Amino acid sequence: MSVVPADVLPGGALAVEGTAPEAAELGPRARMWPSLAAVYRAQLSRARVARIPLLFVATFQSIGIMILMRGVVDGGGEAQAVVAGSAVLVVAFVALNLLAQYFGQLRASGGLDHYATLPVPPAAVVLGAAGAYASFTVPGTVVTAVFGCALFGLPLANLWILIAVIPLAGAALAGLGAALGLLAPRPELATLLGQLGMSAALLLGVLPPERMPEAVRLARDLLPSTYGVEAFARTFGPHPDWARVLGDLAVCGGVGVLSLAVATWAYRRAAVR
Amino acid sequence: MCAVRGLTKTYPAVRGRRGVPATPEVRATDDVTLDIRRGEIFGLLGPNGAGKSTLVRQLTGLMRPDSGSVEILGHDIVRHPERASRILAYLGQESSALDELTVSLAAETTGRLRGLAVRRARAERDDVLDELGLAPLAGRPLKKLSGGQRRLACFAAALVGERPLLVLDEPTTGMDPVARRAVWSAVDRRRAEHGSTVLLVTHNVIEAETVLDRVAVLDRGRVIACDTPAGLKEQVAGEVRVDLVWREAAPLHVPEVAALHDRVVESGRRWTLRLAPEEARTVVATVTGGAAFAALDDFTLATPSLEDVYLALGGAVRQGLVKA
Repeated sequence: MSVVPADVLPGGALAVEGTAPEAAELGPRARMWPSLAAVYRAQLSRARVARIPLLFVATFQSIGIMILMRGVVDGGGEAQAVVAGSAVLVVAFVALNLLAQYFGQLRASGGLDHYATLPVPPAAVVLGAAGAYASFTVPGTVVTAVFGCALFGLPLANLWILIAVIPLAGAALAGLGAALGLLAPRPELATLLGQLGMSAALLLGVLPPERMPEAVRLARDLLPSTYGVEAFARTFGPHPDWARVLGDLAVCGGVGVLSLAVATWAYRRAAVR
Repeated sequence: MCAVRGLTKTYPAVRGRRGVPATPEVRATDDVTLDIRRGEIFGLLGPNGAGKSTLVRQLTGLMRPDSGSVEILGHDIVRHPERASRILAYLGQESSALDELTVSLAAETTGRLRGLAVRRARAERDDVLDELGLAPLAGRPLKKLSGGQRRLACFAAALVGERPLLVLDEPTTGMDPVARRAVWSAVDRRRAEHGSTVLLVTHNVIEAETVLDRVAVLDRGRVIACDTPAGLKEQVAGEVRVDLVWREAAPLHVPEVAALHDRVVESGRRWTLRLAPEEARTVVATVTGGAAFAALDDFTLATPSLEDVYLALGGAVRQGLVKA
């Protein structure tokens, strides 16, 4: 079927090739921002195909939890913690759990080879995927927060803080999810770790901390999603302490930077074996 | 353009655990030496587990060899594996990274990650999809396509953002003849226009025979032969293959048939023999003439194919191993 004989090719210097050791020019390298944008866009488009049912599940799960807690919690600080915790739980479900599963499966099936044989910076792949998964959470988180405010009679005035909470908590949890997915030796283990991470965010984030024993409260402080929950919960009060909100968000941001760096390292390690 | 010298990779032994049997140390590529010339379609042929994919992973910078060197267009890929992605396009067997994207977005994204600007990536995407006849499927996600169409879409993604070397791991698996022809004419056009080189992994011997300029036969991590398909066939040119299919069972009471029995490869009612042409003619005359004819259902006489070469070479190696 091949009709072109090798020796009539352009520059077909077959015989002299050995004597010309000059290295050929390399193709262009994909730059950081354009490739990040390309990965982000591609990952976001996957939502349309595969993720919409899961986004509904994430939202209904949080709304269901709030309805359950309505019978237990009677307004005040506890209600604020429940609404904030449920809203951030949507972020944990998608960014931590689903991203860990995605990277776990991609690694196990050999799908990482596709990216590893393209001249793209590892950080662009990890950040693009993490950013897209964090973006998936926006509608669910907003719906949950608005519904919760209506249910518990909380003010809607400061909901704009979600503009900061979603990306920062998203960065921290997505970074963690990506790192877990890429480091887990088997995909089932990545799924398990993602699920456990989400369960921890559920139990430690949604339940009001005042009723927890000391050891559990310590575990709660170690979970990055807690700081997103606290920052969000503080803004419901009549006079929010903005310095502490900022502090909590800074912790989320710091954990985000750190975990995304670990995830990038894990990606490099997984891509070339 | 691609020189491989003494490439060796050993997978370490794995100790058995509960439910998981231990596996011994495996030498996946064993002192592989190859030269691929510019503008040729070079094939790697071999059975499952022969080390083809391991070899390709080392050539594409996805895996570090234990020892040996790989040089592509003057670049040392063992020392600088990241350069491989700027010299070659790789079509692996897995499409899981692209599965949930539409055909059009898969091609465009891959082009952009090969360093193309948006406009250029879109223009090349449109050209490649038109060339391969994928334009009507452009808006469909890969997951919803048939196996062959999905493979063709992945091939399209591999072509966006021209590279001088294409590494294709079983590119035509599951494709219908139309898609297959589209693949090979796309490859041919790139060869004619840009002098592109193709490294093809296959175990489809018929395809190997028709498209390859040269082929290396791999067995247990070693290159056991490397030549043009015609050159390899000459190694067994002295033989023809005779296939005899019996109606029920072979008529072993016929002495001429019984005499052949220990030289055949038997599979059900089918007997396969490799014989010198003269001898083959006698055998055919015997079975179509005398008492054996009543028991005969069908017979064919064929000149050797690459498959025969492959079996002959593979068989020799296996016998050698048994002796050792």
